Amino acid sequence: MAPKIGVYICHCGSNIAGIVDCSKVSDFARALPNVAVARDYKYMCSDPGQNLIKDDIKKLGLNRVVVASCSPRMHEPTFRRACQDAGLNQYLFEMANIREQCSWVHTDKEMATEKAKALVAAAVKRVALHEPLETKEVSMNANTLVIGGGVAGIQAALEIADSGHKVYLLEKDASIGGHMAMFDKTFPTLDCAACILTPKMTTVGQHRNIELLANSEITELSGYVGNFKAKIKKKARYIDMVKCTGCGRCSELCPTSIPNEFDCGLGKRKAIYIPSPYAVPNKAIIDAKNCRHLKGKAEGKADVCRLCQKGIPNRNQPGCEAEAIDFNQQDEIVEIEIGNIIVATGFQQFDPTKIYQLGYGRLNNVFTGLEFERLTNASGPTNGKVLLKDGSEPKAVAILHCIGSRDTNYHKYCSRVCCMYSLKFAHLLREKLPDTAVYQLYIDMRCAGSGYEEFYERLQEEGVNFIRGKAGEVTDLTETPEEKGKLVVMVEDTLVRRKRRLPVDMVILSCALEPRPDTEQLARILTLSRKADGFLLEKHPKLDPVATTTDGIYIVGACQSPKDIPDTVAQASAAAARVLALISKGKVEIEAAIAYIDEDKCAGCKICIDMCPYKAISFDEVKKVCRVNEALCKGCGTCVAACPAGAIKGRHFTTEEIMAEIEGVMA
Amino acid sequence: MTFEPKIVGILCNWCSYTGADLAGTSRKKYAPNVRIVRVMCSGRVEPTFVIKAFERGADGVLICGCHIGDCHYQDGNKKTARRMPLLKKMLSQFGIEDERVRLEWVSASEGDRFAAIVNEMTEQVRKLGPFKSNGGAANG
Ligand code: FES
Repeated sequence: MAPKIGVYICHCGSNIAGIVDCSKVSDFARALPNVAVARDYKYMCSDPGQNLIKDDIKKLGLNRVVVASCSPRMHEPTFRRACQDAGLNQYLFEMANIREQCSWVHTDKEMATEKAKALVAAAVKRVALHEPLETKEVSMNANTLVIGGGVAGIQAALEIADSGHKVYLLEKDASIGGHMAMFDKTFPTLDCAACILTPKMTTVGQHRNIELLANSEITELSGYVGNFKAKIKKKARYIDMVKCTGCGRCSELCPTSIPNEFDCGLGKRKAIYIPSPYAVPNKAIIDAKNCRHLKGKAEGKADVCRLCQKGIPNRNQPGCEAEAIDFNQQDEIVEIEIGNIIVATGFQQFDPTKIYQLGYGRLNNVFTGLEFERLTNASGPTNGKVLLKDGSEPKAVAILHCIGSRDTNYHKYCSRVCCMYSLKFAHLLREKLPDTAVYQLYIDMRCAGSGYEEFYERLQEEGVNFIRGKAGEVTDLTETPEEKGKLVVMVEDTLVRRKRRLPVDMVILSCALEPRPDTEQLARILTLSRKADGFLLEKHPKLDPVATTTDGIYIVGACQSPKDIPDTVAQASAAAARVLALISKGKVEIEAAIAYIDEDKCAGCKICIDMCPYKAISFDEVKKVCRVNEALCKGCGTCVAACPAGAIKGRHFTTEEIMAEIEGVMA
Repeated sequence: MTFEPKIVGILCNWCSYTGADLAGTSRKKYAPNVRIVRVMCSGRVEPTFVIKAFERGADGVLICGCHIGDCHYQDGNKKTARRMPLLKKMLSQFGIEDERVRLEWVSASEGDRFAAIVNEMTEQVRKLGPFKSNGGAANG
């Protein structure tokens, strides 16, 4: 059947029509070969716009459609559906991107119009060669993998598990809980973080539908939405998880004391330890780098220490009675099959040692925000007492905002939570130490959120000193008797336009939230993209903020950008809903635009087999030809480009179609 | 009148095309000389596509893919990179100068970079002047 093409040029209000002369483009299109009708309209994606297409298909018998509008990444699915509704195969459609790649990037109206014409000509030439393709459906595996056991991962896992579906919750550390488990209070309601989080953690640990893979990492992913296979490395814990009762006797016996990560190094833990008082799983773990026995073993020394296992018999102290300690445990790789993945890997705190003049790591009593969380936390190293390194109480505290954020030397972005957690710190200080002066050194106060501005006002009434200015330096070089023995914070107060020296006892750095250092590696394993700031890239910043360009993989919480707990939890629930929608549908469509080998042309050279990243091509020993496994092929077209015999056809991206498009843009 | 070169851009769908879209959504202005053709992966680019473009009057061809390691299909872009020497050899047989063909890695977040590359390449090709085919007379 000869092609009968309908061409539709979208004005997109003035977004396109402001630069591109749309009626000229539609006049031009009308004169192109095979074009039966060409129209331009204000908003092609609107209902009336789509109806134009549908009516023309039915009334004029169009068998091909071109829409010139925004990026196909935006509305290709919309127009494909419109074609389908009118009975036209969705692959008999092509889009020309005259907004993102034309009107929005050019200023010269004439040249932009010429370019739009060329892009339309290309689409018309290409679409004439399109063939109808059928999408196939495969079943959806109802298991889900959640990566990251912070509040985001916990929320997503629970919502899916509660609906009766299995969840694997992967956590790289020995316990779930993430950063939130380290916090004392949450802003602006001042809920106790542990009180609201630990019940959820416990539920995860006991949930019938959740398999918790703590101390584990993902190393490989294959497959596609509905049918992923993941390889998980379960790192050796040296503890039999079934036998360990979490009694903690082993830690008491262990002679090795080291800084405790959970307390940001402010407290101590043993080499065999339970990560926190509310750890889930509540089981011990051995830190192989510091354990005397394991270190000895690695160096070839026989039987060092082992006090945790043996106990101290002559003092009548038995070792682990559950016999849960297993020094021979090895890393283990397990493979799991899942249909969807939710990534909730969170953030890391900016390291302020990079800003030398702030004195962190050099001067006593300069703390990061997270360290202060531990200092005020009742289960922290000081049992919640805010104390200086010498054990005394501070008389004056300065909280420095925007450390590493809104700073072109480090991170350009605003970390969004620091103003609010700084206010929370100020409140806790005023509450615990009413006689202590508290200073906030800020650039702008950013308190957008439910109850946030009100919290800011409350703090102004609580007698906190707000100084508008970014701290330049923290020093112990004092100039006056009042400064003696203090830390001096230098700041320009931009409201009174005066430089100030603030003598204080304690400095808290409100550090930026930044992407975790393993984000790049994770993005590679999952084939996700990252933004310029290093955080993971969502499918669409406004309309699809939890999906990614890889179907079946979602991103939630601070791995996508810095955000507070309410937003994180909302995203986690959103992603869970998306996953549940797919599970309840039970099926997924697989890509129809995949490779196909013409057996008559195939010479059996097998070059394509090596080219394929998915091992989707196999060799038929009987017929001596290669064959594509349709479920595995993802349609990249690398084999098509490599086949010396031209025997492989990349459906929807055939050589002829691409050539036609190139001819078209040059016309 | 200044010479306005025509450049065909062949972009992979996942990083580079998205990057070009980002240049659009962030309203980065660049030269209107590049016309973009989308492929799923830069690994799909056949040398004949490039030859075809020149045959049809292009003055330059810009191929863009994901950064090495970021290809949506694992390593299609490595294969593209490996094909480049062969392509350049073919080009020289057609009398096409090296500078008329570029392979660049542009990520989904590099809208700015995409705009900069287009501007730079447009200037470069403008300096070279219009491409005149030698009719495929092999000399190399
Ligand atoms: S998908 Fe971009 S180069 Fe392969």
